[in-house]
Amino acid sequence: MGKKQKELLKVENLKTHFMIEEQKAKAVDGLDFNVFEGEFFGIVGESGSGKTVTALSVLRLIPDPPGKISNGKVLFKNKNLLGLSWEDMRKIRGNEISMIFQEPMTSLNPVFTVGFQIMEPLMLHRNMGKKEAKEEAIKMLKKVGIPSPERRVNDYPHQFSGGMRQRAMIAMALSCDPDLLIADEPTTALDVTVQAQILELMTEIKNKRKESAIILITHDLAVIAETCDRVMVMYCGKIQEIASTLDLFEGPLHPYTKGLMASIPSLVKKKKRLTTIPGNVPGILNFPSGCPFHPRCKHKMPICEKTVPELLEVEKEHLVRCHLYNSEGKNK
Amino acid sequence: MTEFKKSGLNLLEEKGKLIRVNGKEKKNLLEVKDLKTYFPVLGGVFRKVIGYVKAVDGVSFSINKGEVFGLVGETGCGKSTIGKTLIRILNPTSGNILYYDNVELKNGPFQRIKIDLSKLNRKELMPYRSQIQMIFQDPYSSLNPRFTVGDIIEEPLAIQRGRKKENKDKVKDLLEKVGMSEEHIYRYPHEFSGGQRQRIGIARALSTNPELIIADEPVSALDVSIQAQVINLMQDLQDEFKVTYIFISHDLSVVKHIAHRIAVMYLGFIMEMGPAEQIYNNPQNPYTKVLLSAVPKGDPGKKAKKQPLRGEVPSSLNKPSGCAFNPRCPIAKDICKKEEPVFEEKEKGTFVKCHFPGKY
Repeated sequence: MGKKQKELLKVENLKTHFMIEEQKAKAVDGLDFNVFEGEFFGIVGESGSGKTVTALSVLRLIPDPPGKISNGKVLFKNKNLLGLSWEDMRKIRGNEISMIFQEPMTSLNPVFTVGFQIMEPLMLHRNMGKKEAKEEAIKMLKKVGIPSPERRVNDYPHQFSGGMRQRAMIAMALSCDPDLLIADEPTTALDVTVQAQILELMTEIKNKRKESAIILITHDLAVIAETCDRVMVMYCGKIQEIASTLDLFEGPLHPYTKGLMASIPSLVKKKKRLTTIPGNVPGILNFPSGCPFHPRCKHKMPICEKTVPELLEVEKEHLVRCHLYNSEGKNK
Repeated sequence: MTEFKKSGLNLLEEKGKLIRVNGKEKKNLLEVKDLKTYFPVLGGVFRKVIGYVKAVDGVSFSINKGEVFGLVGETGCGKSTIGKTLIRILNPTSGNILYYDNVELKNGPFQRIKIDLSKLNRKELMPYRSQIQMIFQDPYSSLNPRFTVGDIIEEPLAIQRGRKKENKDKVKDLLEKVGMSEEHIYRYPHEFSGGQRQRIGIARALSTNPELIIADEPVSALDVSIQAQVINLMQDLQDEFKVTYIFISHDLSVVKHIAHRIAVMYLGFIMEMGPAEQIYNNPQNPYTKVLLSAVPKGDPGKKAKKQPLRGEVPSSLNKPSGCAFNPRCPIAKDICKKEEPVFEEKEKGTFVKCHFPGKY
């Protein structure tokens, strides 16, 4: 990824906290990353690592209270989204930035037809009339590969299968031709064959539109390998590693990333026993001090318990947050 | 013929639910013959039966002692229904579930028998319930939130042989075996993480010393790093307790890792069955091949070559005529639409249900 590319989204020191039982849960704790135009950007992490909260923070969909974006900037085309009024924000959602949610069943409204739900953003943001919007909706359904869209446009979500619902969600998200598409676990609830179809569709869409970007959130490293250009690995609300997909898979630096990769059974290689990461993912209210991964890390040093390591650029465009790679760690 | 020591078994033999076998079939543990599980669909004003969802539509397979038998397939292919039918949570519509056992005769020696579990009634089934146990998919809903961990693990024991003091020792022992400790015994499920809950579920399944454990998607609900821990644990426990697993999963990589033999299912049928290596390296049925090619390989250098798979899984309420896979099959011919292929042995140990095996 060269420096020539234009930044579409720049997130600076984003902190999103939730108040749970009078304790502060730091779901997202100081994120810095950027997404370039035309990029397929992946966010990977286990449950509770803050991936979804990151996406919702960008769109300012965090329920407040109990949540609060307490710090940071979200610059979208050099405009700070966190400073916008509610009305201006609504003009961006579904129009310039749109989102595909994890569960297609619960994120489609069961009492409206699929067609109407695709028409809605068009009528809101593009001031289209009903007739025009419907034609556009049919076109969108066709684009995402739904058979006989003229008939299907009048169907309700329950008449669609899981894969088709996800396609309808994608059609809805793409209807206003957004510059940034955030897909939160778009294939997690789907079968592998349908997953392959949806991922192919998303790659196709991205290749067609050179200026727009996609952020793909998933827990599945294999899905990332299949689609993304660049990846960010999250753990306990913090970025642990950012690199291009090729670099990350060829030479992961963070012990957590290495552990994750080793613990996935492979179709290609045969292993007698899986390598594991000991322990559990810590609960959101008691993230460990220092480096949050230290209780499970096999390279633990005394410093790991005390201070949080900085996110350092160790190789070109390959950032990692680990004491092994800073000056103090290297000396040992 | 000498009578069995347990009088219940003699009764079963009279009713024809029990057959004596000679020593030849020593390795067998379970044999399933043409098993069908249909769910009636009710409709109309009078709630009459208007059709059947043929969730499991005539499957046959056998499982040997000490092996891991993997059942894979997409959502709705009937893999979980098979699991539930085998332990009779669901009742089969037809077919046989033959369970092999060694029992003592009145005059001393042991006799090998097979019992048709599908024919037994509730009471007769009771002793065999302890032999076949199940691990469920969702560790959050399969543990009773009002029971302590100790009670959860003890419950199968208590049902089988009553609440006794020794049970407590067994529970403690089991907790240690699954990597937890004695102090967890008085805690409640909500105090544990997903991985730990699944460990509790495994301990519960092991409490009655079963021969066969049916694990229905045991790691699907877990995080990646926890998944590996639970898989390793299951393998260790197999070595220690000599149990046999039926491992049901939609995740082909996990099944490849753990299973010795695999059956690939589609719309209630087994499309292909054979040794794991054979299925993954040289799939005969086009469906198996397509399914394998759709799995992301986890290597950005080698992106998966997409196979042209059209459409989605049809509803099992109205299955396609002929071969169930024909509307989506890349090599479907006329015969595939008309005739249902037979599930037969192609090579030693490999069974395929296809008109043109190995042609794709």
